[in-house]
Amino acid sequence: MNWFNRDIITIENFSREELEHLFNIADKYMNIKFKDSLKGKIIANLFLEPSTRTRVSFEVAAKRLGAEVVNVTGEYASIKKGESLYDTLKMLDSYCDLIIIRSPIEGSAQFAADICEHPVINAGDGTLNHPTQAMIDLYTIKNTFNRLDKLNIGVYGDLKYGRAVVSFILAISKYDNKIYAISPEQLKIRNEIKDELLNKGVKIEEFTNLEHVISELDVLYVTRLQKERFVDLAEYERVRGSYKLDLKSLEKSKPNMIVMHPLPRVEELTYELDSTSKQAYFRQAKFGIPLRMAILSLIFGVEV
Amino acid sequence: MKVTKIKNGTVIDHIPAGKALSVLSLLELTGKEGYTIALVMNVKSRKLGIKDVVKVENLEINPNLLNRLALIAPEATINIIRDYKVYEKRKIALQDVVENILKCNNPTCISRQYNEPIISSFRVISKKPLKLKCNYCMRYLNESEVIEQIVERSKF
Repeated sequence: MNWFNRDIITIENFSREELEHLFNIADKYMNIKFKDSLKGKIIANLFLEPSTRTRVSFEVAAKRLGAEVVNVTGEYASIKKGESLYDTLKMLDSYCDLIIIRSPIEGSAQFAADICEHPVINAGDGTLNHPTQAMIDLYTIKNTFNRLDKLNIGVYGDLKYGRAVVSFILAISKYDNKIYAISPEQLKIRNEIKDELLNKGVKIEEFTNLEHVISELDVLYVTRLQKERFVDLAEYERVRGSYKLDLKSLEKSKPNMIVMHPLPRVEELTYELDSTSKQAYFRQAKFGIPLRMAILSLIFGVEV
Repeated sequence: MKVTKIKNGTVIDHIPAGKALSVLSLLELTGKEGYTIALVMNVKSRKLGIKDVVKVENLEINPNLLNRLALIAPEATINIIRDYKVYEKRKIALQDVVENILKCNNPTCISRQYNEPIISSFRVISKKPLKLKCNYCMRYLNESEVIEQIVERSKF
């Protein structure tokens, strides 16, 4: 098990044992407000795409451990003037002890890890990966069901462009679960991901209608229509509103089923669900702090 | 039609019919290098039915470049000629990773960003039919897309 100085690029690189270890550490951070174990460390938060939860929770997690955080956003970085990502990363690598990167360009995080000496954490690269979100998602399920296997997991919505949901599928498929991929025809899982899952022998079935499977699910992971990934906005308008979760659509669900969502939500998840016992998305967002504290402390090799 | 023997150089035989121009493109031969090049297309072949043949005089083509041919002409045979005789038969083999030859079809892949110092890199998922996977964005490149790219480049 080796977390020390490690890059976090894709959830696929992590074994169940390594994730289990992470979750044990996250448990310990659940009620810790402040420690100064990362005092003297400076973390770069390079965000070239909008973010609320991921950027803020990484910053809060770092600060709760005593580290300093430098925020570099797309709007104000020299990338806006035409500077390459390569040069930007070279600078940050020479100034900081760890780089967290979010970018609309697929493969950016791997590229960053290839050229930086310090560890790199992928906070989302285009439609590809969002590994720390997937870790939070698993942690939320474990925290709810006290297990990560033998569950019927529904993923619902934009399965084509959503990096969080794709990373979640890759993560939950490390365990023995049945996956129901529910989406409009135009937003089905991309072939390269489906092949990856089928090659691993993952039990996954595709559906277009949630109503047909809702009664079987233990978890329903909803995802936003990723407007920013559509090359053709007319195509976006065609699928907009093609799926939505409200109280009525959950009528036939199991009593202890939970609804997850990596957030932000737009119109696919109605506010009326917030006050129900099935709502798990705010808990999921909250777990971002202890989980990311655990990630940072493991990478820097400090004790809880 | 008779094409004379070459004294020294490389003969690439058993190229699938119609692919000779793409072979030259893959070998980075534009005609401007000054080598005498014979290119014969649609010749009868026992092995392939019809085939193309390329002969390049006074150049023993680098084995690393030859391996690229496996992308479009996996059954091609390579003979290195010295003094009119076959001095060496070289085999071509598709490597597990194909770098800096093809471009990813995904415009938002890091390997496609013009201002980044990065080369394209693909893992070979399947040799027959040819299927590659981008090492950066994980998108597939299938055989017809590979051929399309190479043909596009060979339009000189």
